[in-house]
Amino acid sequence: MSARDDTLRAALRWTEPAGRSIEAVNDLVSAPLLERGRWSWRVWWLAFAASLVLTIVMAVTIVWLFSKGIGIFGNNTTIVWGFPIANYVWWIGIGNAGTLISSMLLLMRQHWRASINRFAEAMTLFAAAIAGIFPILHLGRPLYFYWLVPYPNTMTLWPQWRSALIWDFWAISSYLLFSLLFWYVGLIPDLAALRDRAKSSTARTMFGIFALGWRGSARHWHTLHVYHTTMACLGVPLVIALHSVVGLDFAASLMPGWAETIFPPYFVVGAMYSGFTMVIVLAAAVRWGLRLQALITVEHFEVMAKMLLAASVIMTLSYAAEWFSAWYGGEHAERRLVAYAFGGDYGVLYWLMLILNCAIAHAFWSATARRSVATVVIIAILINVGMWLERMLIVLNTLSHGYAIGMWRTFVPTLWDVLLLFGSLGFFALLFLVFSRALPVVSMHETRRLLSAETQQ
Amino acid sequence: MSALLVADFENAGTLLKTARQAKSAGYPLADAFSPFPLDGMPEILGETSTRLRAWMFVGGLAVAALAYATEYWSAVHAYPIDSGGRPLHSWPAFVLFPFAVAIFGAALAGFIGLLVNCGLPRLHHPLFDIDGFERATQDRFVLALHAPAHDPDKRTMVAWLKRAGAANVWELEW
Repeated sequence: MSARDDTLRAALRWTEPAGRSIEAVNDLVSAPLLERGRWSWRVWWLAFAASLVLTIVMAVTIVWLFSKGIGIFGNNTTIVWGFPIANYVWWIGIGNAGTLISSMLLLMRQHWRASINRFAEAMTLFAAAIAGIFPILHLGRPLYFYWLVPYPNTMTLWPQWRSALIWDFWAISSYLLFSLLFWYVGLIPDLAALRDRAKSSTARTMFGIFALGWRGSARHWHTLHVYHTTMACLGVPLVIALHSVVGLDFAASLMPGWAETIFPPYFVVGAMYSGFTMVIVLAAAVRWGLRLQALITVEHFEVMAKMLLAASVIMTLSYAAEWFSAWYGGEHAERRLVAYAFGGDYGVLYWLMLILNCAIAHAFWSATARRSVATVVIIAILINVGMWLERMLIVLNTLSHGYAIGMWRTFVPTLWDVLLLFGSLGFFALLFLVFSRALPVVSMHETRRLLSAETQQ
Repeated sequence: MSALLVADFENAGTLLKTARQAKSAGYPLADAFSPFPLDGMPEILGETSTRLRAWMFVGGLAVAALAYATEYWSAVHAYPIDSGGRPLHSWPAFVLFPFAVAIFGAALAGFIGLLVNCGLPRLHHPLFDIDGFERATQDRFVLALHAPAHDPDKRTMVAWLKRAGAANVWELEW
């Protein structure tokens, strides 16, 4: 089978007839940006208002936190991490999937990424940026967070390079900036197309400035292709390093249940798992809200459902490895911790987490379930809740039940904990809604290329 | 002052075929423009080599070296902390920071290289004056040839382009 037959089959599989010409792709993707009058935006405005309210809630919580200190959270002298760090791990996990889709699927030549990589990369940027806020909010003296940066200062202090906190700081900031470049470079040809389609001079000027004068010459495309594939090769180790570092925040400690060598890969898989669920939810929202059924098809949901199923099995194996190493290692505190996880203060949540993360994805053995967008979205949301519980429980179980029995405590979240979590979700939604009205959510040039096999016949 | 003949085509196949024929006929190809990358076009135009990856490697390596040097100097000389007798130069713990920033450094070096290589940003270009060139970023496939100096040769080339399937042929002086 020739490469062209392969592309042709992909074009037929991953698009519907309504989106199967170059001009159809241009029109479908640019309509929300250039011809906004084509449909009513009432739902968008309602969603915008709701997410704005939540964003304000987040801002108020942060102001309250900065004036009162972390005592407003449920954290205590034993459970020092609580919600902020669990939220951080959850958000950074979501922030990983965009690069998974952009880089790994690009290197694996998976054609279906063309219609989902753009908004998945945007999701990555927003989620990683939100994740980056949480460790700072969790500091006792957040105003000194910049001490993590090595800069010559009057105190002649330097960062402690052996600390996982420093690794975190650099991994997140490198990842954020890297993702921004990756995303922006992929946007340039689409911005140029929007510049050339725009009817109003404001739109033409704005898109034109950010398109940098892109002309789509052979030299441009060749350079972009080299850059993009090289970035993909770099992105995969970076994203794995990033989440491994998050795993090391736990594994480099000496706590039962944390000091495990499996943590870095286990965290990476967990990140892909929860990130993919978020991609599915956003794919469904974008597909419905921006009328992109012809480009984001049922086939996309089916293949992403398969990814979830595979990730679910790997997650189950990771949990089993945790239990096994506790039992096989024979350390008393480790064994006690596993028993505590199943039957202790948060036992109900642990069982719920296991059902959500390990059991429900098995519905995807059925093709009917995989091909129902509603089913895939509902299961994805449930899994994402399960993944949040997992991060929460990793923090809570170990800290509640460490080596020193006299220090055992339970954690009860406060209203502020909950407000900050939902506020951050609202902020994420706000950013995404603005993105969906300001920039093309589907990569036009990559979709055009997918369709090129047809047009070259 | 040089002159270009710019022709646009309906589809990618015709553009590629025409470019190939023009090359074998000895016509001086200037550039080709398309709404998506065309397989084979860089080879026809002889644009296959780029030093971008080498630049990215050098950029990444330089940033990594700087990061490691900062760690070494600050941890061993400027601010030594004896933490449980661990060596001041704890290289295994020092690897991650250079690694992460090196990847960003390579990405940034590549981005700068990309701009330099493509001659961007350049918000205006004489080609944009052609009424119809705007479709090259959307759905048309455009070929640019260096126009011959003499008018008869030029007319032959225009006729040849039309025969090859060009919808429009424009002449551009710049």
